[in-house]
Amino acid sequence: MASMLIRGGRVVDPDQGIDRVDDLLIQDGQIVAIGQSGSQPLGKVDETLDASGLIVTPGLIDMHVHLREPGREEDETIESGTRAALAGGFTSVACIPNTEPPTDTQANVEFIRQKAARADTCNVFVVGCVSRDRAGKELAEIGQLVEAGAVAFSDDGSPVYDAELMRRAFEYCRMFDKAILAHEEVLELSRGGVMHEGQVSMALGLKGMPAAAEEVMIGRDIALAEVTGGRLHVMHVSTAHGVELIRQAKRRGVRVTAEACPHHFTLTDESLRGFDSNFKMSPPLRTAADVEGIINGLVDGTIDCIATDHAPHAPEKKLLELDRAPFGILGLETAVGLCVTRLIDAGHIDWLRFVDAISRLPAQILGVNRGTLRPGAVADVTLIDPSLQWQVDVSTFASKSINSPFDGWTLKGRAVATIVAGRVKYRLPR
Amino acid sequence: MTMQTPLAAAARPLQAGSPPAGWSHQHLLDLEELTAEEITLILDTAVLCKEATEGCRRKIDVLAGSAVVNLFFENSTRTKTSFSLAARRLGADVIDFSASTSSLSKGESFIDTAKNLQAMGIDAVVVRHGTPGTPHLLASHLNVGVINAGDGPHAHPTQGLLDILSIRERLGDLKGLTVGLVGDIAHSRTARSNIWGLTKLGAKVILCGPPTLVADGWRELGVEVSHDLDAILPRCDVLNLLRIQFERQHTRPFPSVREYAHLYAMNRDRLRRAKKDLVILAPGPINRGVEVTADVADCPQSLILDQVTNGLAVRMAVLWLICGGRSSTQASKAAEGRIV
Repeated sequence: MASMLIRGGRVVDPDQGIDRVDDLLIQDGQIVAIGQSGSQPLGKVDETLDASGLIVTPGLIDMHVHLREPGREEDETIESGTRAALAGGFTSVACIPNTEPPTDTQANVEFIRQKAARADTCNVFVVGCVSRDRAGKELAEIGQLVEAGAVAFSDDGSPVYDAELMRRAFEYCRMFDKAILAHEEVLELSRGGVMHEGQVSMALGLKGMPAAAEEVMIGRDIALAEVTGGRLHVMHVSTAHGVELIRQAKRRGVRVTAEACPHHFTLTDESLRGFDSNFKMSPPLRTAADVEGIINGLVDGTIDCIATDHAPHAPEKKLLELDRAPFGILGLETAVGLCVTRLIDAGHIDWLRFVDAISRLPAQILGVNRGTLRPGAVADVTLIDPSLQWQVDVSTFASKSINSPFDGWTLKGRAVATIVAGRVKYRLPR
Repeated sequence: MTMQTPLAAAARPLQAGSPPAGWSHQHLLDLEELTAEEITLILDTAVLCKEATEGCRRKIDVLAGSAVVNLFFENSTRTKTSFSLAARRLGADVIDFSASTSSLSKGESFIDTAKNLQAMGIDAVVVRHGTPGTPHLLASHLNVGVINAGDGPHAHPTQGLLDILSIRERLGDLKGLTVGLVGDIAHSRTARSNIWGLTKLGAKVILCGPPTLVADGWRELGVEVSHDLDAILPRCDVLNLLRIQFERQHTRPFPSVREYAHLYAMNRDRLRRAKKDLVILAPGPINRGVEVTADVADCPQSLILDQVTNGLAVRMAVLWLICGGRSSTQASKAAEGRIV
């Protein structure tokens, strides 16, 4: 009978429409009550956390994380990646299946779940492959993957290139009500590219990846989702026009959701002027107009969620010529700070919308029973200090890798405690 | 010669072994980062070097004891030879390092390779690489001078400088001149370095080629964009004919070489319709019959061979400014005013 009282914090729970200073009572790993301070007979609690001045939210969920294990343990492991998640305030991650081997069998799903259980850190929800061996030729055994616990399907890292296969995947997944998480890219248009195609790539002589490479594929997948009634989730939307395509599709009633990454609403292609591979990711950093489009999409809900696309790469891999360095950057440990600084403090969205985008909606899209502080729910809770100023220092990261473009940035807002099923799994060292 | 060389002032630093004053950069990565004055300083220094090594006394020992490494990851004959000869004429030791014969073929990263060379005690690295920004990456990891000898389609500062020096020799002050850059702008480091250098010195630049090689977005850099060579031809004082870089293109940006040559090759007929004293440049190697016909390449208005000569002078100037500033005390001791 372990009980915990989180006292006097500002409780923000969009699922119940709550945003008020209150106490949160947890017992045996479940939420028991949100009660007015002192008004309820709480009896004796085993542990009390003083949350005055802090934001108390349902545990944050990052639905786009590359944990790299199995196959590339030099970049990240399930243990190190989930520790990074906890340090960033995330109580759950969804791990993307482009591992080696890819997560396309029950055994592979089971491996990840066992490793995660052994790590005993945060929840790991497994995303399975759309296609066998992630090769884009034939469907993976989606039904068996669902039985093993896969919560969604994706060939991320690559698009599902064959339109017929994508159509079949949408149709087949309807049977399980699972979403397909799509990496949208027309490879012929982006081939050889290392950054956004535009003014800056032109001046730097770097091969560009045009916005159209992403938008054409978003358009295709919306059409396929529309014709099949399947569920499309557009990963890492990076262009203003891509947002607009999704907005129009939603108006027509297409079952489409979308996510945006913090780097796509905080950085532009101008960052590439220093030729630093920590600014190289796919889709690439776009223009200021695209940043504005992404933020508008987050404000009006066209973009449902914030996900990080946490993509660790060992330092020796990133310290190469720009065209040889791999795509991707770390995301877990800077997401909250970037969102508080650039979205909330900047006045674009409020705390309710933020928690909606990074907890309730990801849970809903993945179909997992998280993202709420309702009595009876699993007690995944994040405590955020909204006014804590801190400097990003990659040498202190829990991740095995250091490929963050935000190293040295001063951010405001940071998770100070991360609670998974009623147990405090992370506390910011004082 | 039409330019104003401060010969008297210049003779002194040459004898003292330390380079002309006014240079403050550790590296030469790009003309974008230089001021008009700094570009002019390099050009004037190049003229000094050229004059000092004319005739049979071809060597000045201002960099005696210095070591320069040529680190070439892309094939190059003329640029590498030019840099090597330039360094030797200044009295420096030159080490040629080619990627295919090195530890790089054993999997060592190029930064580790460069750090190893640095640990052996060198003064400058001349680097050519197929990827933009690689010299910048080296510069941020080494404390020796880094000279960019071409990084993919990004920059080739000494090529830009030698083009400008060749124009200046023939036509004088760059201010007010109209220079047409014709051809494969998209894949050309020469084009980018010319654009920065020429516009900083007050020339007007027109980019000309099919839209697949010359995007309208270039206008943002303050240049004119045209797709019609015949229309701009009468306005140009200089034409720089850039090579079609077939090796950097995934899909051919025009239907055929024949059609490209029909629209954009500089031939006798176009020469007749151009200004009488039009000057023609082409950074080698040229594809005769594609960007320029053979007779035009060899006509009196062609500066193609002057470019090669000036390339050597410009590279001497750059090496001297970068290495000489590094070790001016040692250099002056070593040189003691000797011109051998």
